[in-house]
Amino acid sequence: MTNHFIDFINTDVFMMIGSNSAENHPQAMKWIVKAKDKGAKLIVVDPRLTKSAGLADVHVRLRPGTDIAFINGMVNYIIENNLYFKDYVLHYTNASFLVNPEYKFEDGVFSGLTEKDGKKTYDTKTWQYQMDGDPAKDGIREEAIKKDLTLQDPNCVFQILKKHVSRYDLKTVSSITGTPKETLKKVYDLFASTGKPDKAGNVIYAMGITQHTYGSQNCRALAVLQLLLGNIGIAGGGVNAQRGESNVQGSTDFAMLNHYLPGYNPMIYAYKHSKLQDYLDKDVPKTSYWSNRGKFLISMLKAWYGDKATKENDFCFDWIPKHDNKNRSHMGIFSDMAEGKIKGMIAWGQNPAVGGPSSFQGRKAMEKLEWLVAVDLFETETAAFWHRPEADPSKIKTEVFFLPAAMSYEKEGTVTNSGRWLQFRYKAVDPPGEAKSDLWIADRLFKAVKKEYQSGGKFPDPILNMVWNYDKPGEEEPNIDQVAIEINGYNVTTKEVLPGFAQLKDDGSTACGCWIHSGYWAMDKEAGTVAAKRKLLKDKSGLGLFPQFAFAWPANRRIVYNRCSADPAGNPWNPKKALVKWDAVAGKWVTADVPDFKAADPPKDPKDPNAKPTPVPPDKTVPFFMQEEGRGRLFAVKGVNDGPLPEHYEPIESPVKNILSKQQNMPLATRFKGDFSKLAETASEKYPYVGTTHRVIEHYQSGAVTRNCPTLAEISAHMFANISPTLAQKIGVKTGDDVVIETVRGQITCKVSVSGVCVPLIVDGKEVEVIGMPWCFGYQGIAKGASANDLTPSVGDPNTNIPEYKAFLCNIKKAGKH
Amino acid sequence: MRKISRRDFLKNLGLGTAGLTLVASPALASESHSKITGEKLPAKIRKVKETYTVCAFCGCGCGIILYTNNDNKIVFCEGDPDHPINEGSVCSKGNAIIDTYNTIEKKGNRVINKLRVTKPLYRAPGSTKWEEKSWEWALSEIAKRIKSTRDATFEEKDDKGVTVNRTTAIATFGSASLDNEENYLLHKMFRSWGLLNIEHHARL
Ligand code: SF4
Repeated sequence: MTNHFIDFINTDVFMMIGSNSAENHPQAMKWIVKAKDKGAKLIVVDPRLTKSAGLADVHVRLRPGTDIAFINGMVNYIIENNLYFKDYVLHYTNASFLVNPEYKFEDGVFSGLTEKDGKKTYDTKTWQYQMDGDPAKDGIREEAIKKDLTLQDPNCVFQILKKHVSRYDLKTVSSITGTPKETLKKVYDLFASTGKPDKAGNVIYAMGITQHTYGSQNCRALAVLQLLLGNIGIAGGGVNAQRGESNVQGSTDFAMLNHYLPGYNPMIYAYKHSKLQDYLDKDVPKTSYWSNRGKFLISMLKAWYGDKATKENDFCFDWIPKHDNKNRSHMGIFSDMAEGKIKGMIAWGQNPAVGGPSSFQGRKAMEKLEWLVAVDLFETETAAFWHRPEADPSKIKTEVFFLPAAMSYEKEGTVTNSGRWLQFRYKAVDPPGEAKSDLWIADRLFKAVKKEYQSGGKFPDPILNMVWNYDKPGEEEPNIDQVAIEINGYNVTTKEVLPGFAQLKDDGSTACGCWIHSGYWAMDKEAGTVAAKRKLLKDKSGLGLFPQFAFAWPANRRIVYNRCSADPAGNPWNPKKALVKWDAVAGKWVTADVPDFKAADPPKDPKDPNAKPTPVPPDKTVPFFMQEEGRGRLFAVKGVNDGPLPEHYEPIESPVKNILSKQQNMPLATRFKGDFSKLAETASEKYPYVGTTHRVIEHYQSGAVTRNCPTLAEISAHMFANISPTLAQKIGVKTGDDVVIETVRGQITCKVSVSGVCVPLIVDGKEVEVIGMPWCFGYQGIAKGASANDLTPSVGDPNTNIPEYKAFLCNIKKAGKH
Repeated sequence: MRKISRRDFLKNLGLGTAGLTLVASPALASESHSKITGEKLPAKIRKVKETYTVCAFCGCGCGIILYTNNDNKIVFCEGDPDHPINEGSVCSKGNAIIDTYNTIEKKGNRVINKLRVTKPLYRAPGSTKWEEKSWEWALSEIAKRIKSTRDATFEEKDDKGVTVNRTTAIATFGSASLDNEENYLLHKMFRSWGLLNIEHHARL
């Protein structure tokens, strides 16, 4: 989230799209309702009449997978009717920047599309700015970019965007989405009303936006919209992803993802980084705050390899494995597993046998493993894959180990919520029986493997020399303080805990495991404890910032991009909700939140105790200082690989043809071979209905924990599908009947719920029925049920490789009638 | 006498709102409370230990207080009234968080959730059952599997001669359910083995 939950109180209009907070983020919904009580309005955009939609001022029903058409339609409406926030757009976005005149967009495809060995990619040369000098050498320096401040030049970003979205008129959007024109106009007007200096519009999204073959472009469309309305960086605004798990923010920050190192430093790739210098040259931007990336990486290497990491040996750069640039995302791994390329698997607090796409095929692929280790509280479907209903254990040769883990309150540690707050939680009870904390298990497993390598083996250096000093005399548990200090960062010589990442160096004098969290373990004297453990309820701003409650990364900043909350001269757009303000008389910034820009230069002589920092005047500050050009990108010259502007494509499995262009699907969508290649054709007669998945309030993710909790299992005990009364009549079922739902990948049997949650939509003159299914069930636990993911396709977004769970084709029949 | 709110009570106790884990011993908590307020603490929290935690489920990050009795059973939980996000309320999942540890049997007594796995388990190739094992055995056997797979598939250089030090034959999944410090150690450990296939929930 750019903002945080309490900040929702400052919102005037919410647009919740592809998210159902009332069910999946109930406390977020509480803050929305509080804001509504003060007069705020809520728009919910969802194919289903969700619990959130039930609380909305306007519910926009659209066909699953047509969000870009809906959002681009709004962007078009805003530009056509002059409803955008002109000063903000001019000064804080790249609207005026000129783009290469060879940039083109024709019939659904951007310039630069190339195909090699059946794989499509974009050469992004023509998407770049017109600029002086050599951006490869000097970076994308804002001063060097050619601009037209009148926004009239046909090659300026604003004109390119305007032309691009002009095709998304109300009638076209309505034909694609199935939403009536009147509803579209109503919500476009309502949300556009936040394009004023004193109004805040808040976009709330979740997996309904990301789980598409164009999920990144869905997010981009939302960012473009919010930039046009001047809603980024302000109290009550932002683009706010609602994260589904208690620590998915933290696990993402710590790079439990193949393509990252902790703190969003890119992974090291063999094809471009044979030496540390290659990484510094190619992946450390010349401009923006990311120009410090070298310090972050080198400090991480020092944290990992201590004294062994020296300047002479590239700080042990070669001890980190180098990526082969193959698809090593969830779907890529399972596809490799089906081909027998994966020998060993560790499922540590995750249940892919229920949570992965095409899960029937996924479980079958697991039979090819030589060994599997599951670390969990309960025997999950993944741990139990060898005795699942459709399997014969005697034929499965996989060795399976199960390690019993501790629940959150049977151990200590921090978790990061959706608003980027790191919070410490304490231990209430010992884990039952011989169950152990995951920290203990990680510690002992590392030591067990190290012991094996003591007597030799392939390249043991990174294992034998990894800094692993977490023993605490007389105690079983590893020393969590020591782990936290390593993450936070310390001075290598003095061992002093660093106050923040500004102190990090690239000369090996600092160590820091994850730079973005630097400061979370620094002492807050007033609170008498480290930042992540603080619980001071002080809110001087009155805006709900609570700066001394927990720690928000980065740098305890609660609302990112907050320079944009004030005009170029530093006067808050909305003085009642000021985050930062330039005091012209005193000649300095007055800040309620930690500024997301350089508000002052450090004292010239750091040794002089009387030296003061020099304030940076407003015109010298940069609104988006994590971006190389320092501006919000209406047009993305980099960051996404599948197009500089969002364009509507159909889901890979769609009931209709794309009416906007000949390009039916996202040209770069990730696809797989073999078992994972099964897809229904466009407008399939065999699979005429649109399926989509969702969650329920009682179950967490795949249900691996909550289906083992008696109270929750009792409240939500059955797998079900929601269908419309018209579809129910057609197939002859009523609520509570058993139905069989089938896709080209498999079938499931479950109960049916007939209500107004789903209704048919009129899409380009054709009636389209939508079937909604929760994905939290499986064959283990107290509440058992069929897994919706047995139906979902293995196709993904080209940037993120997130599967297209949210729109696929299926058929439904009454059970027993074949 | 003015009714003292829970928040005031904690402030008076000197914990203030900097209130860390509230693991004052049960006797101490109730005694200090009555000294300050002249009132008795509500029965439900009088004889129990309080622990502050943050919910383990969705990304809202609600503060929850757990109440543990002398028998080390968690008897009650509630949203932390001093948490600025949830202000004392929790949803059905947060409210059921105790269930993962102990559940209530028909007769009303609390027992450890019977579905929790409390010993390391092993299932041999082709076998139809789990066997209970010691931690020592399980960890050392797993370490042997990791080593043999790693050593059999390790690439020191790729076909262009670049030092790569990796294996692509082991994959890990997880976890958004683990703490930050745990994820950090896992990431570090997996990379030290040379793994590329590190994935978790954020992809799904
Ligand atoms: S109590 Fe409910 S709303 Fe709060 S964090 Fe837990 S799951 Fe989310």
